[in-house]
Amino acid sequence: MKIAYEISHLLAGIMLVASFALLYQQRVGAVINAFAAQSITLALAVAWAAWSEHRPDLFITAAIAFGLKGVVIPLALRRTVERLGIHREVEKVVGVGVALVVGLALIGLSQALVVKVTQRTMGLGRDELALALAIVLLGFLMMIVRRNAVTQVVGFMSMENGLILAATGARGMPLVVEVSVAFSVLIALFVFAVFVFRIRERFDTIDIEALDRMRGDRR
Amino acid sequence: MIAAYQAVVLVPYGAAVMLAALPGYRVGAAVNVIASAATFAAGLWLLVSPQLVGDYAIVDEFNVVFVAINTLVGFTTALFSASYIGHEIETGRLSPAFLRFYHAMFQAMMGSMNLALIANNIGLMWVGLELATLITVVMVGLYRTPQAIEAAWKYFILASVGISLAFFGTILIYLAGQPILGEGVPSMTWSLLQAAAAQMDPAILDLAFIFLLIGYGTKVGLAPLHAWLPDAHAEGPTPISAVLSGLLLNVALYALLRFKMLLAGQPAALDPGPIMIVMGLVSLVFAAFMLYQRRDIKRFFAYSSIEHMGLMVFAFGMGGPLANFAGLLHMAMHSLTKSSIFFAVGHVAQAKGTQRFAEIRGLSVTHPRLAVAFALAVLAIAGLPPFGVFASEFLILTTTFARQPWLALLPAFGLLVGFGALLLRLQDTIFGEPVGPAHRVDASSVPMVLHLMLVLTAGLYLPPMLVGWFRRAAELLG
Repeated sequence: MKIAYEISHLLAGIMLVASFALLYQQRVGAVINAFAAQSITLALAVAWAAWSEHRPDLFITAAIAFGLKGVVIPLALRRTVERLGIHREVEKVVGVGVALVVGLALIGLSQALVVKVTQRTMGLGRDELALALAIVLLGFLMMIVRRNAVTQVVGFMSMENGLILAATGARGMPLVVEVSVAFSVLIALFVFAVFVFRIRERFDTIDIEALDRMRGDRR
Repeated sequence: MIAAYQAVVLVPYGAAVMLAALPGYRVGAAVNVIASAATFAAGLWLLVSPQLVGDYAIVDEFNVVFVAINTLVGFTTALFSASYIGHEIETGRLSPAFLRFYHAMFQAMMGSMNLALIANNIGLMWVGLELATLITVVMVGLYRTPQAIEAAWKYFILASVGISLAFFGTILIYLAGQPILGEGVPSMTWSLLQAAAAQMDPAILDLAFIFLLIGYGTKVGLAPLHAWLPDAHAEGPTPISAVLSGLLLNVALYALLRFKMLLAGQPAALDPGPIMIVMGLVSLVFAAFMLYQRRDIKRFFAYSSIEHMGLMVFAFGMGGPLANFAGLLHMAMHSLTKSSIFFAVGHVAQAKGTQRFAEIRGLSVTHPRLAVAFALAVLAIAGLPPFGVFASEFLILTTTFARQPWLALLPAFGLLVGFGALLLRLQDTIFGEPVGPAHRVDASSVPMVLHLMLVLTAGLYLPPMLVGWFRRAAELLG
């Protein structure tokens, strides 16, 4: 039983490292790769939970995470990037150093919070919850420090990865919710893709800085 | 044979599929109205059908009130939309293909909101609210102007962050319920969670509520998290603004109140009341001041929605049967009045061909009847008697005054500031020197007049049956 937890912690830890990788990548292509790596690790973590806890329904979640977020979405994003011709560097609001320090602080915060709050009720699963919260917050951070529409999409989906990890860690959470999360990511991608193209169409850039000038009140 | 609670979800979803397949926008608009009427009938049927606590659905006095308002405003908005949207084709802002998409999405949105309202499962409720949000995001971007894309993008980013945090809160609630109710669906079921609340770990409930408050609070449009709201209202089609203000904000508030009820069941957990009072007051006063700087008419009334949502959250934060009653009444009155205002704004925008205050002047000269209706609607939302909004605002202020005299000063101050802004704008738009073009208005004024009459009636006389519903719902809220 112990080894099962060790492995799931290891996988959750790798996901967290991937979240950090997302923060410091310089090129859009590398960001997408890091996201794909994180999603595949998520699929492994969910599959491991399915096997070790005898919850076969989780294999479906794992398959969705692998197929959709590990393969299809990264490929679609790469195609988008190629068609839009934005291989260049990622625009950032703050420097890499600052982002990493803030990221570390967020991890400390989520560890302290979750461990303190859940010490009476939950067993070993609470570490995984803390890691999941850290991944969610880092995704949040990424959406804040990046200006490019595509990298904001990735930040959002990395946040969703953290949510699915948390849902998996919560033992016995009904499958219906996880499937709908996956479904929502699909819709989200659709919506994002549509907007990314439209933003490009209207502004000749997907730097969302351009959008800020379009505030209705300043017309 | 399906039950009423199934019908309010299945009819709109069925209609959405049908509308997606139907070519021709006139047929689509007609089907949209018929489906909304059927949903409204189902909503009324739900009011008289017995209470129910199922595995996935719940029907109690609290949510039937919400469903009734939802289906009523959905129906009148569909009526308005049918007469309004043809104009958008004529002016070339929308193509028939987009209109087909619009009608299908309208029904899907209504179905998702009703799903969120009757779900007896915190996960299902989240799914309903998220679907409704994503659909409104697409609707806001429907015109594809740079401004509309900016508004939709901002809405999407803020709403999805909010909804992700709410999901994390949902997981935490599940974790709090799991040791008592066991693994699986029972630990996500409202009715069971509610019954087991006293045994839950207060620390997890506290943390969960913070996430849920930020998550769903974003969708209610509470002050630090409101940034999406004015843009989304201003740039989307007017019927969608009406539905956003009148309904979607309510559904998010409903979710928040359900979780507040859950926390009330565990005395050791934090009391959501003071947090909600503070957030409500901040939204109210902030939005009231922001009203003065708005130059766009839809943006202006979007800030007014933030103001009123703040007042409701304040009332529910005060708690107790009377304040809850007043909050629910205010919610109903605000939904009806604000949607009628957006209908009127739709008329005004058609008449003047703009949404800018500077170019909307002298309506009493060019469109006298519209001017009267618009003025009445604005006076109603400003809280003047004899309209229903006056009754609910008065009730909120007096019950606060009876319990915390000093605290009552703040909402009263905020409402007065907002009142001033409303009158100032009203005077310019109604009187003033007419400028710019004056087109004929094609849209139907029936929904607008109907809403105003309902609000007026509620202000003069509340039927005992209605009072009974609100009172029982208020008692459930605790």
